[in-house]
Amino acid sequence: MSITADTTVIGGIAAKFRTCPATGLQVDLAAERLIKANAVAAIVFLAIGGLFGLLVALTRWPAVHLLSSDMFYLVLTAHGLDVLLVWIIFFEMAVLYFASAIILNCRLAAPRIGWLGFALMLVGALLTNVTVLQGDASVMFTSYVPMQAPPNFYLGLILFAVGALLGCFIFLGTLVIAKEEKTYEGSIPLVTFGALTACIIAVFTIASGAIILIPTWLWSLGYISHIDTVMYKLVWWAMGHSSQQINMAAQVAIWYAIPAMLLGAKPLSEKVSRSAFLMYILFLQLASAHHMLVEPGISSEWKVFNTSYAIYLAVLGSMIHGMSIPGAIEAAQRRNGFTNGVFEWLRRAPWGNPAFAGMFLSLVLFGFLGGISGVVLGTEQINIMLHNTLYVPGHFHATVVAGTTLAFMAITYLLVPLIFQREIIWPRLAKWQPYLFGLGAAGISLFMMGAGTLGVSRRHWDITFSDAALSFDYPPAAFLMLGLNGLSGILAAIGGGLFVVIIVASVLFGKKVDASNVVAALGPTPQKQMSDTVSTYGSAGTFHLPGTYILVSIFFTAFVLYYFVNWKYLSELWQLG
Amino acid sequence: MAKAKSETTTAAEQPQRIPAMQRLLDNHFLLLFIGVVVPTVLYLLWGVMELSQIPIAE
Repeated sequence: MSITADTTVIGGIAAKFRTCPATGLQVDLAAERLIKANAVAAIVFLAIGGLFGLLVALTRWPAVHLLSSDMFYLVLTAHGLDVLLVWIIFFEMAVLYFASAIILNCRLAAPRIGWLGFALMLVGALLTNVTVLQGDASVMFTSYVPMQAPPNFYLGLILFAVGALLGCFIFLGTLVIAKEEKTYEGSIPLVTFGALTACIIAVFTIASGAIILIPTWLWSLGYISHIDTVMYKLVWWAMGHSSQQINMAAQVAIWYAIPAMLLGAKPLSEKVSRSAFLMYILFLQLASAHHMLVEPGISSEWKVFNTSYAIYLAVLGSMIHGMSIPGAIEAAQRRNGFTNGVFEWLRRAPWGNPAFAGMFLSLVLFGFLGGISGVVLGTEQINIMLHNTLYVPGHFHATVVAGTTLAFMAITYLLVPLIFQREIIWPRLAKWQPYLFGLGAAGISLFMMGAGTLGVSRRHWDITFSDAALSFDYPPAAFLMLGLNGLSGILAAIGGGLFVVIIVASVLFGKKVDASNVVAALGPTPQKQMSDTVSTYGSAGTFHLPGTYILVSIFFTAFVLYYFVNWKYLSELWQLG
Repeated sequence: MAKAKSETTTAAEQPQRIPAMQRLLDNHFLLLFIGVVVPTVLYLLWGVMELSQIPIAE
């Protein structure tokens, strides 16, 4: 049933569809092929970038100190490039195509352009990787001038960005097609709106990247004599940090999508959740400014407005999602019959389903570790203690690894049966994978933030300063933190490696999915059926959520305490009187 | 009964007034425009203006 493809002519354009046995939705085969290609490329680069990450963690561990300094900076550059950019953007292209053509039940706009975009991204990623591995481009992910890499480093990034931009335009074009062909009524579903938010942030990100990377490429070729270092830093971060905000919007969309598909969860208020995404569209990109907080050439007005006043509105958006998503799960679980006490809905949630477990862990770890530390870093006064320390990578490993990567892994456990039409191989191993990876990622984040709080600098190869003319000793606790970071890195690498092996083996050797086994292939679900809530507009219609209110109160207490603990640290930096 | 049915039909046929906020959120290209313009003005242009005013060292 799932294999049968029908050709449908809409608006004079023929597209081949199959009927999804789980949802009954029409699936455009051209969109499906592009989702598969982008997801496979993403996972390959996750495997490569993750391996580089393990080597970095083992070198930062003073007792192991695996790589030489040259290799450390080479591997660090490749690690940042492959996981912060290539893995996530490839996967986000898959998310954009899924959230438009599949969820809106329509054909994909211009699939051939989609393949051109994919090819450009692949060639760009390979070109930059090869250039880095040749050894002359160890300029880190940030590639701050006046450090100069060979032209192919920048050219590869430009090609990659152009390919991603084509993907964004296809997403927008698909929204137009869906509206014209009336495949949905009223407003687009919330998950698609979240993907639209990611797409809008991506357009700003890529435009900023073009503004700075094209001149830098010309500078590398010798056509431009000078690039101002601070100007570079300002514009580069409009790309560098905003690229991580694309993740944020995409991962929140996934946080809504998974409970909707598995539990039939609807947001507490669709309107309020959409307004929270609007806060992202308006203000989230401004968080880039926290990288500029110690630059003397920029006024406090610019710094404080961009990192405090405006970004707090984006933080408000995150807080709305942070309450709406567990609230949606509680409302759905209570509707499904789990009404005893305050927390039966949580206790009886499908924790054995890797998609649900990964999604919920991602939500909690992102909120407690990444969200709170992001606000701390974005406060101009506190930032001075933590700027350019290991606290910064600790923060973004909480957001990008424990948050985004775990959320992307979680949705993959649904994409394999629904899009690749294969059962997950080794379901027991898959059940444990999100916990292993989540624990490792949480450890990496916490221990790097701990080392950063003790002052360890973020990019140094050797914190013992063994070959330095003047010695400097970090506190012994910093060494402990980096040792624990190394152990957590190993745990995360095992969890990440398991994910790659399970998904590749499932795609290659998994049992074919059809109408008879599609629901079982989605993993344990309380409803024993897949809900179509993800493709509809609507709210949960209840605010009887005692468990969610307690969870949110715990979060707020942790947030306030940690925020003011950092002000206390600051007050102890310079003793008065 | 017939009157009630007629009233129901009339209410259903009347075009619903769509709130301004919903019209904004349903206008994807307007969202794209403001999503690019706001950070461009507040972060990029304002930042570039400040940096361009730093005097060149002699």
